[in-house]
Amino acid sequence: MKNENLYNYLLGIADNSLVLGQRMGELCGHGPSLETDIACTNISLDLFGQVRSYFQYAAKIAGDNRTEDDIAMLRKEREYKNVLLVEQPNTNFAYTIGRQFLFDVYHLAFLAELQKSTDLTLSAIANKCIKEVSYHERFSSDWVKRLGDGTKESNQKMQDAINDLWTYTDELFHQTDADKAMVAEGIGVDVTILKENYYKQVNNLLEEATLEVPESKWFQKGGKEGIHTEHLGYLLSDLQYMQRTYPNMEW
Amino acid sequence: MTTTEQNIDEKLIEILEKVSDPEIPVLSIMDMGVVRSAVIINDIVKVEITPTYSGCPAMDVIGDDIKKALKDAGYESEIDLILHPAWTTDWITSRGRKALEDYGIAAPLEAEADKDVLLNEKRLVKCTNCGSQNTRLVSQFGSTACKAQFQCEDCQEPFDYFKCLK
Repeated sequence: MKNENLYNYLLGIADNSLVLGQRMGELCGHGPSLETDIACTNISLDLFGQVRSYFQYAAKIAGDNRTEDDIAMLRKEREYKNVLLVEQPNTNFAYTIGRQFLFDVYHLAFLAELQKSTDLTLSAIANKCIKEVSYHERFSSDWVKRLGDGTKESNQKMQDAINDLWTYTDELFHQTDADKAMVAEGIGVDVTILKENYYKQVNNLLEEATLEVPESKWFQKGGKEGIHTEHLGYLLSDLQYMQRTYPNMEW
Repeated sequence: MTTTEQNIDEKLIEILEKVSDPEIPVLSIMDMGVVRSAVIINDIVKVEITPTYSGCPAMDVIGDDIKKALKDAGYESEIDLILHPAWTTDWITSRGRKALEDYGIAAPLEAEADKDVLLNEKRLVKCTNCGSQNTRLVSQFGSTACKAQFQCEDCQEPFDYFKCLK
């Protein structure tokens, strides 16, 4: 492949949206209320739409007969490069919201930088996605506040979720080899510079939500290198079921 | 090329105006602003469309519908999906905004006002049934990616609001 770094870089971005989109999609018909159910699946739909833009571009770069669907559906677990945060399960609504919030704050800052990419396709995709993601961030922030500053029980559940998910936040700011190569070419985003502002923004909102900022300094990593938590395998067996069972099927 | 201008061959306008948004049948895709260019090159119509939202499932259908409408008019066509410049609700024409309102979907407000209503801080969205501004946000997300749900506190009508996208 001519530009393997760019290909891997695209997959790194897209897999986050794909896996998170699948998680949110799992709530279709299972959301805690009709409105939140619709919201979660709307977010899922936005994310899948974004994934298609990245994968279509990746398929073009691959230059063989690979299609966007092959990339989405036919890779093995170790070949998915999403961060561990987005594959965490919908343990309860507080986890769903916590995961979304911790990702959205990052996602928004990331896309703002990606808009400046010297790669015109990537900057166009970022320009499109950022408008949608700003709605996601508004939704998830709003719910963190409602649950945190709600009843004693909702506060406890939101706090538990944030405490558990916190360990996956640092990985957002790790750089892979593809990241470094793309940053050097002016195509990719240097995620390390987003870190300080991320925690500032997250911590402020947690305080506003009367939640405590976790103190743990122990962070999990590995997703970006394809080393995942046990949850991803189950998610992929759902996601890939139709393509594995009926190869090449189309709607 | 980057342009916010539409480039549509006059011969094609009437044909394209008859293609409607499958989610909002009263609204022509032309009034929606999703057709960015349509030109005839070597007897083939090249059409560029841009999605409202990335995941909008209507885009594939819109592409097929355009192809069919052009074929019925005797043209072969190629459809390209473009992302840049990104679609904005500003591209909905005034005729399109009226069609939305008549259909029961409140047209998008300006960006600041949009934020206020979606955080339920101000009441600015006009009820499509009775015209009252005494409306409240039910859900930031609605039946499609581009809409939010509102309810009128005066006549109790539930209705969709087309979210501002800029």
